[in-house]
Order: sequence, then C-alpha cells, then structure tokens
Amino acid sequence: MTGAILSALASHWRRNRLQLLTLVLGLALATALWSGVQAINAEARASYDAAAATLAEGRFDQLMPPEGDAMPQALFVALRRAGWLVSPVVEGRLRVGGTAVRLVGVDPLTAPPGSAARAALARADLDRLVRADTLVAGPQTAALLAANLSNPVLVDQAVAPGTVLADIGVAQKLLGRAGRISRLIVLPDQPLRQRPLAEIAPNLLLQRADGATDVGRLTDSFHLNLTAFGLLSFAVGIFIVHGAIGLAFEQRRGMVRTLRALGVPLRRLIVMMVLELVVLATIAGALGIVLGYLIAALLLPDVAATIRGLYSADVAGTLQIRPAWWLSGMAMALGGALLASASALWRLARMPVLASAGGRAWALATGRTRKLQAAAAALLLAAAGVLAVTGTGLAAGFALLACLMLGAALALAPCLGAILRLGEARAARAMAQWFWADTRQQLPGLGLALMALLLAMAANVGVSTMVSSFRLTFVGFLDQRLSAELYVDAEAVADRAGLERFLETRSDAVLPIMSVDATLAGLRAEIFGARIGYTYRENWRFLDAVPAVWDEVEAGGAVIINEQLARRAGLSVGDALALGPGLSMPVAGIVGDYGNPIGQAIVGEALFRQAFPGVVPRRYGVRTDDPQGLRQALVEAFDFPPARLVDQAALKAFSLSVFERTFSVTGALNVLTLAVAAFAILMSLLTLAAMRLPQMAPVWAMGTTQRRLAGMEILRTVLLAALTAVLALPLGLALAWVLLAIVNVEAFGWRLPMYLFPAEYTRLMLFALGAALSAALWPAWRLARMEPAALLRIFANER
Amino acid sequence: MNVRALLFLLLGVGNAFAQGFAGLGTDAKGFAVPERGRHLAFPQDHGAHPDYRIEWWYVTANLTGPDGADYGLQWTLFRSALAPGEGAAWESPQVWFGHAAVTSAAVHRATERFARGGTGQAGVTAEPFAAWIDDWQMAGDSLDRLRLTATGKDFAYDVAMRAEGPIVLHGEQGYSVKSAKGQASHYYSQPFFAVEGTITLPEGEIPVRGTAWLDREWSSQPLAEEQSGWDWFSLSFDTGEKLMGFRLRDAAGGDFTSATWIAADGTATPYGNGRLVATPVETSRVKGQDIPTRWRLTLPDRRLDVTVGALNTQAWMDLGISYWEGPVRVAGSHPGKGYLEMTGYGQR
Repeated sequence: MTGAILSALASHWRRNRLQLLTLVLGLALATALWSGVQAINAEARASYDAAAATLAEGRFDQLMPPEGDAMPQALFVALRRAGWLVSPVVEGRLRVGGTAVRLVGVDPLTAPPGSAARAALARADLDRLVRADTLVAGPQTAALLAANLSNPVLVDQAVAPGTVLADIGVAQKLLGRAGRISRLIVLPDQPLRQRPLAEIAPNLLLQRADGATDVGRLTDSFHLNLTAFGLLSFAVGIFIVHGAIGLAFEQRRGMVRTLRALGVPLRRLIVMMVLELVVLATIAGALGIVLGYLIAALLLPDVAATIRGLYSADVAGTLQIRPAWWLSGMAMALGGALLASASALWRLARMPVLASAGGRAWALATGRTRKLQAAAAALLLAAAGVLAVTGTGLAAGFALLACLMLGAALALAPCLGAILRLGEARAARAMAQWFWADTRQQLPGLGLALMALLLAMAANVGVSTMVSSFRLTFVGFLDQRLSAELYVDAEAVADRAGLERFLETRSDAVLPIMSVDATLAGLRAEIFGARIGYTYRENWRFLDAVPAVWDEVEAGGAVIINEQLARRAGLSVGDALALGPGLSMPVAGIVGDYGNPIGQAIVGEALFRQAFPGVVPRRYGVRTDDPQGLRQALVEAFDFPPARLVDQAALKAFSLSVFERTFSVTGALNVLTLAVAAFAILMSLLTLAAMRLPQMAPVWAMGTTQRRLAGMEILRTVLLAALTAVLALPLGLALAWVLLAIVNVEAFGWRLPMYLFPAEYTRLMLFALGAALSAALWPAWRLARMEPAALLRIFANER
Repeated sequence: MNVRALLFLLLGVGNAFAQGFAGLGTDAKGFAVPERGRHLAFPQDHGAHPDYRIEWWYVTANLTGPDGADYGLQWTLFRSALAPGEGAAWESPQVWFGHAAVTSAAVHRATERFARGGTGQAGVTAEPFAAWIDDWQMAGDSLDRLRLTATGKDFAYDVAMRAEGPIVLHGEQGYSVKSAKGQASHYYSQPFFAVEGTITLPEGEIPVRGTAWLDREWSSQPLAEEQSGWDWFSLSFDTGEKLMGFRLRDAAGGDFTSATWIAADGTATPYGNGRLVATPVETSRVKGQDIPTRWRLTLPDRRLDVTVGALNTQAWMDLGISYWEGPVRVAGSHPGKGYLEMTGYGQR
C-alpha cells in the first residue's frame, strides 16, 4: 500500500513540475542566503576567538602600565615573588616584508593554563621555542615570516591571522625591547596569601577581564547587520515555500479524499506527506548549503577586508566548512518547510473523509484570519514603539528591528486592501472598476510575495541609508582629521630633532602626532598630544564644546575627548577626567570620531611632553603647498622609504576604499534579496495564472482582447509592486533610524547623523518595479498567447 | 615534545623515559656527569649545579598538631636544564619548578609553580642559603637554620627548621649508584631537622611541630633506560636511627635497591643492590590505578623488618608530573614515621 500512496503523492509533482521547482528552489534560496551569511559570521567569529584566545584578551584580568605601552620586567619578578601569579606579555608590531604583523611574546611556563598561547607554545617544543628562536603563526602569516625572516617558523592553525607567537625572550629581541614587557596577565587562581598589590606595584592599572576591549563585541553590529539580512532572506524564502506547499495541499485534496476512501488511514497518509516534505527539504537544504557556501566564499574576502579596515581585526580570507553554519542551514530548511506546511497539514488532518474536493480558492484568506493578521500587526508595531522609547542594549535594538519588520509585513495586506478599495470607489468606468476589484481579489494570493518584496525593499532602503550616511559622515570626518597634506612616519628615523628642523624650514606647519595607550575612566584609550595651530582651529568641528576650546587645551588646562569615551564613561563638557596619577582636568570639547572604536583624549603638546616625557612623535602631519616636492626632498635627505610618506589623498583613498568594500558586500546582498523577492512574485503569479482563468474568461468573452488582458495583468502587478515599494520607503527609513540611532550607539558608542538619499531610493524603487515587471512578463505572455479554446473550456468546465 | 612531557622525561618518570633518554648515559649533550670520588664541598654544593641536567632540593616533614593529629608536608624545588650553563634573562636554559603539598589523614593538597632561570623568579644561592620560586622559599643564614614557606590556592605553611645533626652523604661519599649499569647521581641529605611552625588550611591555622628531612640530588643521567620508576623511603625510627632506601623498578623485573643506614649521631652506612628488600603488601585505588600503599621492608644486616603504611593512601601529586608522595607510619622491629615517594605508576 505504501508504494501506492507514494506513487499517488509523487504523481502530483510530476504533473506540477513548476510547483516542485518553486518549492525546492524557494527553500534552497532561503537556506543559501541564511547559511551563506552564517558561514561568513562563523568564519569571522572564529578569527576573533582565535585572536582573543591567543592574546588572552578579555578572559583574564590584566595589569597594565600606568602610561606608555611598556613596564620594566623587574615588576613581573617582584609580583611573582610577592605571591602574585602573573604572566608577562610583550607585544608590538613587527614589519615583515612590507606588512606589519602583531608579535606577541609570552612566557610558556607561567602563561595561564588553558590559554591558546600556552597551548600553541606547548605544542611547539619548549627547547626549540626558547633556544632556537622559533616563531609560531597561522598558515598565511607563517608563509610571510618564512619568506622574510631567518627564524624557524612553526605553523599552528589556532593562531589568529596576522598574529605571531613567540617566546617572550625572542619577541623582546625582535621588537628591540629587552627587559620591557607590555602587560601582565593575572591568573584566575591566586594563592591563599599574597602581599597587597598596592605595596608592590602601586602604579599598575588592573584591567578587569570584562572591561577589556573585545573585538567580537565591537564587530557585533556588522555581523548583526549581516544576520538580519540572512534572516530576512530566509523569511522571504519561507513565504515562497508556504505558498507552494499551501497550493500543493489544496490541489491534492481530491487525491487525499480518494486515497482515504480507498482505505488509507489518515495517520499513515500524514506521516507519508511529512516524510515527503522532509525529503524535499533535505534536498533543497543541501542545495542551499552549497549555494550558501558559494555566496560566502565570494563575499568573504570583501567582508574580511572591511573588518580589517574598520576594526583592525584580522579575519582569515578563506572559508572553512564549519558544522555550526551548515547544520543551522539544514535545520532552518527542515524547520522552515515544516513550519510552512503546519497549517496545511492541520487542515488536512481535520478534513472529513468525504469533504468536497473542489471548493474555495486556496489562497482566499477568510475574514477572520485577515482580522487576526491586522491585530498582530498592530501589536507588533506597538511593541516596536515601546522598545524604541524604553529599550537599551543591542538585543533590544534588534528586537525592535524584528517587531518593526514583522509588524509592517503583516500590516501590508490590510494597507494595500484599503488603498485598492479607495481606487475602486473612484473608478467611473466598468473596465476600471473591474480592474481595481480584480486586483483586490488577487491580493491574498500575492500577499506573501508582496510581503517579501516589502521586506526586501525596506532592508535595502535601510541598509543603504545607513551605509551612505556612514560614508558621508566619515568623509567629512576625514577632511577634518586629515587636514595636513603629507604624513611622515618617523619610526625608522633616528634623528627626530633633525627631521623636525628639516620639516619646519620647508613647510607651513608641522604637527607632531604623539600618543600613548592609557586607561581612562577604566576603559582602554589613547592620549594624544597635539601642537595646536590654525589647522586644528580651522578644521575641527565639535559635537559640544566650551567657547575657547583650543585656547584652554593649548594652555594645558583642559582636554578634548572623542564621542566614544564621552558616551561610555558618561562624560560631558565640564566634567573632570583623570589622565593619570595626579593629572585631572575638565573636558573642554567632545569630538565625533568615526575612525576607531576606542576612546581618545587630546591634550596640548606642552602638557603631553611634560606628562609623558619618554614619548616621541611617531608621525608628523605636514602642511605644505607642495607635498610632492617635500616628499622628494625627504626621500633624498633622510633616505626615507617612500612607503613611510603618505600623502593625504592616498590616505583618504585608502580609508574610502574600506567603505567601498562595505558597499560591495551590502550591495551584493541587496541584489540577492530583491532577486529572491522577484522570484517569489513570479512564482505566485504563475500559480495564480491557472486559477484566475475563470475570472478572466468572462471578461474575454465580453470582448476584451487577450493582449489587453495581458497588459492589464502586467499593470496590476506593477501597480501592486509600486504601492508596496512606496510603503516600503517609510519602513526602510525607520529601519535606518533604528540602525543609526540605536544599534550603532550600542555597538560603537557613536551616533551617526542620518542623511537621506532620494536618488538612491528612486533607483531602488525602479529596480523593484523592474523586478516585479520581469516577474509579470512571462505569465502575461502566456495569457496573451493562450489558445482561445482554453478560455472557452472554462465555461464548459465551470463547476 | 611539550613542556609537560619534557619535564616528565627529565625526571625519568613513566614510559616516555625509555625512548627519550635512550643513549643519554653515554652522551649527555654537553652536560657534566656525576663522577665517582668527586668531593662534595659545602656550602657551595648546597647551591645550583647548572651544568648538570637535573637537580632538586627536596624537603619532607612529619608533623603533629596540638590534638596529636599527624600531618605531612612537602616542599620541592626542581631544576631542569634545556642545555648546560646559565644565560642572562630569558636566554637562560634553566627551567625551575616547585611542588608543595600538605597531607593529613583525610585530605591531600598539592600545587606547583613554574619559572625560567635568569629573571630572578626562581633560583638557589649557596651562601647565605636561599632556594626560591615565586614567593615560596627555603632560606636562612646557613643550611642549619631555615625558614620554609609555600602557598597554594587552598593551603599555606610557614615553618622554621633547625638542624640537630650532621649532613649525611649517600653511596660512596655522596656518589649514589642508580643502576647495575652504573648510572649515578650526587646525593646527600640533612635528615635531622626539628620543625616548628604553622600550616594554614581553609578551616584555619594549625600550629605544628615535628621533624623534617632535606634531600639534595643532581645528575645528568638519573636512570637506566629500562628502569620504569622508583619507590623511595625516608624513615625516622623512634630510636633516633634513620633509613634512606629506594627500589628502582626494572621493566624486565629485576629491581635495583640501595639504602643508607643513619645512626643517631649521623654515621652513615651504605648498603648496595639487593641488601634492602622492599615488597608491596597492599595496594589502594588511587586515580583509577592500583598503587602499593603498604610495604614490607627488610634489611637483614640491621635486623630490620617493618611494615610501612600510608597515612593517607590518596596522596597523589596530580601535577604537571604526577606521582605519589606522602607521610607513612612504620611498625614492626623499628617503629617510627617517614615519607614514601613512588614514581612511574601513573599513565601520564
């Protein structure tokens, strides 16, 4: 009997190949976008985790130097001898063959058990590590090291890209920092007795594990954006699948009745149908995972470049197949298919054995469901409103996004219905009236596809508004910050004083750039010393400041901080900020800073040199009318490597290229989501086409040509798409606002001003209309070319 | 080879030993090797011998609390060299590690520390004598008066040790043979310490007093390749006499034993292979394996016939190198107390 049931079930798909294609392809596309995005996120997260574990960041308390980026090694010994279980780390940038890698030196004997550094070093041979100056790195970095350094190199997959591990002694040698360490890791299990920290090293700053900067958290926003995209695409896909399954079940009612009449138990039938679904979903899921892998592999290099540019976090550029994402893709495919078919199965289970096989059109929503939908929409939108006002934290931001999008999607059908009713009321001629009424009648069938279009459009508007606003703000910020024409990286020059004199005689102004890493208000930050001149006074724009802000800072009586520090430490203009022991001053200005994730404080040059006497400028900004000439002169006079002289234009171009990459990633996802939405419309129209013949035939019989009817079909689809697109615009803007004003503030600590881009929206809308139009063309063409006999048959077969 | 395996190997514990140490007896990779007839000189030889591969300063103490309860205390500083000699700061090839433990009849607590030589985090000076790793130390003006401290997550101790007898040289004037093939170490002890101080446990401080035994040993070739571990006894009898004895187990079954009988005045009599007989009579389940925790020891030359039983059978040192080490009670012809160490039983 099982064979008979199976063949009966399969016969439906044989007769409706298009439906089968819709089901499988819809599910596959949905899974592809979801698992593709998950793959990218998983890869990036694995890289951050490797980095964090390698550097022991975030997992352990650390002791940081009070100022500068180093402390004497003797402090390590003093602390150990006082009973403190600490482990030294020396860390710095090492130039290898033109690129800089992060060299981390640790002591394998005292490193905390379970830290990746200790594990990686333990896998290496202690003797080789300590005595043969071996370096340990991931495969890419190892190749770079092997090509440029004489040290033996050991490949270890667990070391983050761009990071090199070594014994602390080896690292000190390579970095030229004998006897100096960067920080001390405090081991979690401390002994019963130890002398107070204040007695041994009163100046060291204890940075709690949770207070440490965590790259993963910083990049959450970026990944959540991607995840939102993935979920959205999946939702769109599920709409398609729901439609296809609903239709298939409705069409098989007759078959089900026959099978049951022949004695097949209902339970058995349902089990078989579920099995059928599982098989289809598994095939579609596998297809989707392969597609997702391709999408991820295509986008990952751009994502990696973006993340590296934005957050200086290295992400491996190659994709690994990780169970996390393909399993989640498969689960989504199966779960999605079952979810989409739940209501159809439920109806089937409750259907009386001999119920009429024909009956109502499958897609006609009852008045009750319509009301329920409207109520749910209202509830969700209300929740979004409440969250926007009261919510805090990233999670609330994303809950707000979800409520907003879902609520709007559910509200779409009632809104469109109202608009169409309005059009119908205003129509004078019979043909126009029929057009409006028939459009409205089609609404439930197209509803899901239109929801998909709405979400895709809104996401596109929202994300492109965010990215473009970010870009515009960032360009303005670059103009303000990169005001000097030439930047000189002086790290390789021994004679700093000579260099400074040389620059001063040949330029309009020299701006030494000096900074130290510091802990401000308990947060990791940098302190900059600035030579305040016309450049700063003319170019900098403040979010908030006292009137004579630069005078106060120049006099050494005040400090300027960036927005990140202000928001995280809750500081406003006039509040006091402690820069170090015995050095506290009021905040005179808060400045927008979109170039880095950590806090910054800017003080006058004189004060900086007095407070941090050992720090010399690493770079100089030079104001000059002739950057090329000065560049040439520097290369000749100081034998400067040209790579260490960067002109403003090049720097800006580099910074912008980072954003272009972000654009390319979001752009690609935009196109993909819109394409999925267009596919949904096409499939809905194709399935509707056959069912709509009974409605078309009478109009045709009354003398309307097939060509005209087809034209009206196209017009109808485009009209619905246009209405949806118009509704998507405010939704998209609301989405952008949530991303800029809530999610960004939570994730980065800065609030971006929101700009509007009408031209961009118009382009998007045209694209959406184009997608709808191309989806409508084929069904319309089929209608126009249909044999009149097919239309005539409607009257003969009328039920 | 990882850090753990390396240290493990250098101590000659377990099966890794057989492969890793092969050939070391003849070629010690530039390390100095113990020499018969080398005269030990003090206080210099209390200090470190960086040209030898391995060395230890090993204290075990049998103590009693105010209520008469027995406690055992262990403090060990190991030195293990990746290459002979010293170097500045991180260039030093010397690796140091410390083990400390406190054992009562009910609970055994142990912990360890690691350090590199050259930075000052660990080391030993001969005069004034100081041996330290982190905040643990054994130090004093001379070896006769020492203060011994160590702390772990859940215990600490701080005791004063006063020598009440002379230093004892094992084997031939401190040249202690470890196998029939002639592997040897330099080995001496100070077994006459009187101890007074406090042990700190999570439940509070306990004043203790008793006796302690310091072992000093260095070598570059401690075991023959087929030897799989040792059982080592340091016993103090109620008569004031003492016995140091060990049995080196051979994979093939032939054991190598050695003993030193120490009279109450410190006069030492060495007994070569086969004179001391150590037979396990009872095992206990420790960390999933059967470990002999009750022994019969006989030394017919001294009419010694005793049973040695663990105060706490679970005195397993579950550290980077794992072994059994704990206080014992002695009954039979010569009642007393002491310490037992057993290595090479764990599958690490």
